Amino acid sequence: MFTGRVAIVTGGTRGIGLAITEILAQEKAHVAAGYSKGSTAAETCAEKHRALGMSVSTHQGRVDDFDDCRRVVDEVLKTYGRVDFLINNAGITLDKTLRKMSAEDWTNVINVNLSGAFNMTKAVLEHMIERGSGRIVNISSVIGETGNIGQANYAASKAGLFGFTKSLALETANKGITANAVAPGFIATEMVSAMPEAALAKVVDKIPTKRLGKPEEVARVVKFLCEDDSGYITGAAFHVNGGLDMA
Amino acid sequence: MLSTSTSTSAPSSTLARLDSRVAIVTGGSRGIGGAISAALAADGATIAVIGIPLDRERTDLLRASLNGAAKLVEFYEADVSDPAACRSAVAAVIAAHGKVDILVNNAGITKDHTARKMTVDEWQAVLGVNLSGPFFMIKAVLDHMIENRYGRIVNISSVVGHTGNFGQANYAAAKAGLLGLTKTLALETARLGITVNAVAPGFTNTEMVAAMPKAAIDLARSRTPVGRLAQPFEIARVVRFLVDDNSGFITGSTYDVNGGMYM
Repeated sequence: MFTGRVAIVTGGTRGIGLAITEILAQEKAHVAAGYSKGSTAAETCAEKHRALGMSVSTHQGRVDDFDDCRRVVDEVLKTYGRVDFLINNAGITLDKTLRKMSAEDWTNVINVNLSGAFNMTKAVLEHMIERGSGRIVNISSVIGETGNIGQANYAASKAGLFGFTKSLALETANKGITANAVAPGFIATEMVSAMPEAALAKVVDKIPTKRLGKPEEVARVVKFLCEDDSGYITGAAFHVNGGLDMA
Repeated sequence: MLSTSTSTSAPSSTLARLDSRVAIVTGGSRGIGGAISAALAADGATIAVIGIPLDRERTDLLRASLNGAAKLVEFYEADVSDPAACRSAVAAVIAAHGKVDILVNNAGITKDHTARKMTVDEWQAVLGVNLSGPFFMIKAVLDHMIENRYGRIVNISSVVGHTGNFGQANYAAAKAGLLGLTKTLALETARLGITVNAVAPGFTNTEMVAAMPKAAIDLARSRTPVGRLAQPFEIARVVRFLVDDNSGFITGSTYDVNGGMYM
């Protein structure tokens, strides 16, 4: 389906990002998976996929560093010639109630989760506009709609992505580019598994479907939005949350 | 003219085939509904179109336009604003095929007038088909789906349900109402293997939209950032995605397909 296409997936070697990398690569796109730390793990991931016949490269970089995003995108463009899809998936959490949250906790999360999407989009946008096509998908979160105790920084960054997505969609709609958000609920990833067991059980009880989502259940929505025939979908937020929030 | 597009994407690895699935599509003979029937039929589903008497012939035309690609596209007559008719049509589908897996509440009408000129009859007629119709259809299939612990219900709302539209107080109220119905039913059925979602199309190239005054169509287009109307298959493919076996974690959502017209 995506033969000849090139995708960049930030945070694409773990969690939901890894599932996105795999689903796009299965459809024959080349996937440039970004990561910030853990080069050994990233290389193992890339080798595993190459062994499966998928075209995956890994690229170390920091999405919270504007110039570093440009460097990585240039590296991808130089090696693979084009970028068709940008999936802004990289995200971190630094949870504390607001009373205890430091300015640094706030800034670090906003810089990665929200400014990271801006930095990466800036780095690919001229190229996409020149080619008159592109698919940008920002991975937001149900928390961006609902808020969450201990996640003022994360919730703000994820809600911010909705505003960013909509403005970008308006600015690029007549240029063959779509910009959408996918907002996962609680998904069985390392990030969620790191929660205390009791807290996790409480969360699952609040999900109407009474289970966590799987990374693939989110990734398939991202893939759908990347398809050529999805050109009429832009500025939208597609929720995948088991009914946890129905905004 | 039949405004149905049969152009759908090739089945992909992330979509399960629908060979064993029985789908009811109300108003599924033409327009967006016709494209939905075509998209589900193309992946192997058995399609029961439910509609008014005029839709019988339109269903024949749709079936012919699918060039044998569809397994089975049948017609069952019912005015969805009539609860007893919904019950008998659903009973007939179950009698013929043993089950219903998918319900797409797509049937809709317009009776446009500004509120000052809108009659009570116009209000009631549009609410009856567009909002009560889905409720009656859901009532008719729900016990069955719960027994089977499986169901995919998609309600076709509209961008107008979000934005309102001059001259469409009845239509906008019905389409906004569908979002409330969707969310409530989603909450009530999430543990039972049933998902309930809404798809909200923008202005789509169908007979219904073609019947609008040209100035109104031009205005709609100018307010759509992508600068064109949608094709029916662009809506249908989102419905196809949501009724997939693998879409079980998506419920209570509204998937907007509006070219950026409303965010």
